[in-house]
Amino acid sequence: MNLFILGSLITPGIGLIFWTGVVFLLLVGILGKFAWKPILNSIKTREQGIEDALKSAERALNDMRELQSNNEKIMNDARAERDAMLKEARETKDSIVAEAKQKAQADADRILSGAREQITAEKNAAVAEIKNQVAVLSIEIAEKILKAELSNDDKQKALVTNLVKDLNFN
Amino acid sequence: MSSKINTSGISHFFLAIFFTLFTFGLSAENPEHGHDTVAVAMAENHGPATENQNAPHKKVNMAEIAIEHVLDSHSWHLWGDEHPVSISLPVILKTNKGLVYFSSGEFKHDVHGKVVVEKNGERFVNFEEDIYYASEIANEHGQFLETHLNAKGKSHPINEKPLDFSITKNVAQLLFSALILILLFTSIARAYKKTGVTSAPTGKQSFMEPLIVFVRDEIAKSNIGGGKHEKYVPYLLTVFFLILINNILGLIPISANLTGNIAFTFVLAIITFIVTSFSANKHYWGHIFMPPAPKALYPILIPLEFLGIFTKPFALMIRLFANMTAGHIIVISLVGLIFTFESYLVSPIAVGFALFIDVLECLVALLQAYIFTLLTALFIGSAMVDHHEESHEGEKASAHH
Repeated sequence: MNLFILGSLITPGIGLIFWTGVVFLLLVGILGKFAWKPILNSIKTREQGIEDALKSAERALNDMRELQSNNEKIMNDARAERDAMLKEARETKDSIVAEAKQKAQADADRILSGAREQITAEKNAAVAEIKNQVAVLSIEIAEKILKAELSNDDKQKALVTNLVKDLNFN
Repeated sequence: MSSKINTSGISHFFLAIFFTLFTFGLSAENPEHGHDTVAVAMAENHGPATENQNAPHKKVNMAEIAIEHVLDSHSWHLWGDEHPVSISLPVILKTNKGLVYFSSGEFKHDVHGKVVVEKNGERFVNFEEDIYYASEIANEHGQFLETHLNAKGKSHPINEKPLDFSITKNVAQLLFSALILILLFTSIARAYKKTGVTSAPTGKQSFMEPLIVFVRDEIAKSNIGGGKHEKYVPYLLTVFFLILINNILGLIPISANLTGNIAFTFVLAIITFIVTSFSANKHYWGHIFMPPAPKALYPILIPLEFLGIFTKPFALMIRLFANMTAGHIIVISLVGLIFTFESYLVSPIAVGFALFIDVLECLVALLQAYIFTLLTALFIGSAMVDHHEESHEGEKASAHH
């Protein structure tokens, strides 16, 4: 084994140290200005954009959720209102029907009582007329009978008594 | 719009530099002396010439080959040994008289100090990929070097060395990978601009985005707290992708072992150390120089804590270097079994194991890039943590005395 060569393996050469130093520093400068800076900025901008997009998506989702819950609330309100309205309508209907019924009943009662009064009045009138007629007829009959019967005084007396007896109304 | 012009301008600038570096050219070279041995050709250019030339049947020293393959070199060897084909790279030396430039092709593939290159009145030889000032006259092996025998009887040169700033194979791959990273990620950045941020990423954009986001979120954000991670993300991304691309490129057989080179990991670890130290808050330093312990223990604790500042980046340096180098050595060693046993019958086993290790290395390539970046972020994060309880204890302890 050539120790001399082995020694040169671990002895840094001044030339390569110099060139490595120069090239590396230049490389950091050039790549830093013309490559890393624009690349890193672009990546950062893109990442920022993605983050913003994600955030706004989440925001939109939240908005939508809120909207949905609002909608549900509005729907519930509407439903409640509808129910209330239906209930009211039903009540109104019931009350109207009840009132109408009552009114009809009252009308009917009034008509009935009117009719009854009229009937009573008519009946009374008719009875009065019949009484009159009967009285007239009775007088006519009595006249005829009297004409016939008054030929004799006894007979006249008995007849009058009988007639008055029979004339027992009501 | 203006940034787009700047980007392409800079890309073209780098492209221009990169191709200028390679105008030194592709060279195929005929060595002066030819050999007929084929099976052992791999070793020919590496072993010492004296041992090889007279031997009737050369033995392959796989250990040396393996080590040499993970080391740096001045030219980019592609294939061939008798007639090697390689890409010549620029040699840049800081000598006593100033800077010297020439193509590595001028060494004519010699790594034994036998070919002298003369520039501006200075003479250079390449000995085992180290460049030395050449001696006036050749020694008995034809090397323009003065050698010295060490304790193990191995000769090594004692000539002076210039400072070597050459565009070596590793540097070339470093520049190439940097260019790829710039082109790839600026084009991805343009894709974001073009398609806008709201549309989904496509193509290479969609492949890289998860990695970028992973580094940002799982490495930077989760280790550097308090929302202070953002200014470190560009640095961590650069570390991650530079290590990753070079780990992956290193798996290609003809490529350089850049991330397995200690100089590369040394620089990255030093930068981690500097960034950590400059990000550290007073609690971090307080914990080191005024640990929450009795004062009597300070002579032991303070040096230990102080050493801890350096051991963390040191471990980073060694971990990446050792992992990548070890993987490469294992693969080369497994393939080398064929040449060591000099039998084709070994090849199914050797290739099978090498394939297994290569697949494992693909995982290691990603894992080591991740670990290096993760630990860097962890060190920065731990230096910035607000130790509320500990600071109170520290105050109490100091109030006692």
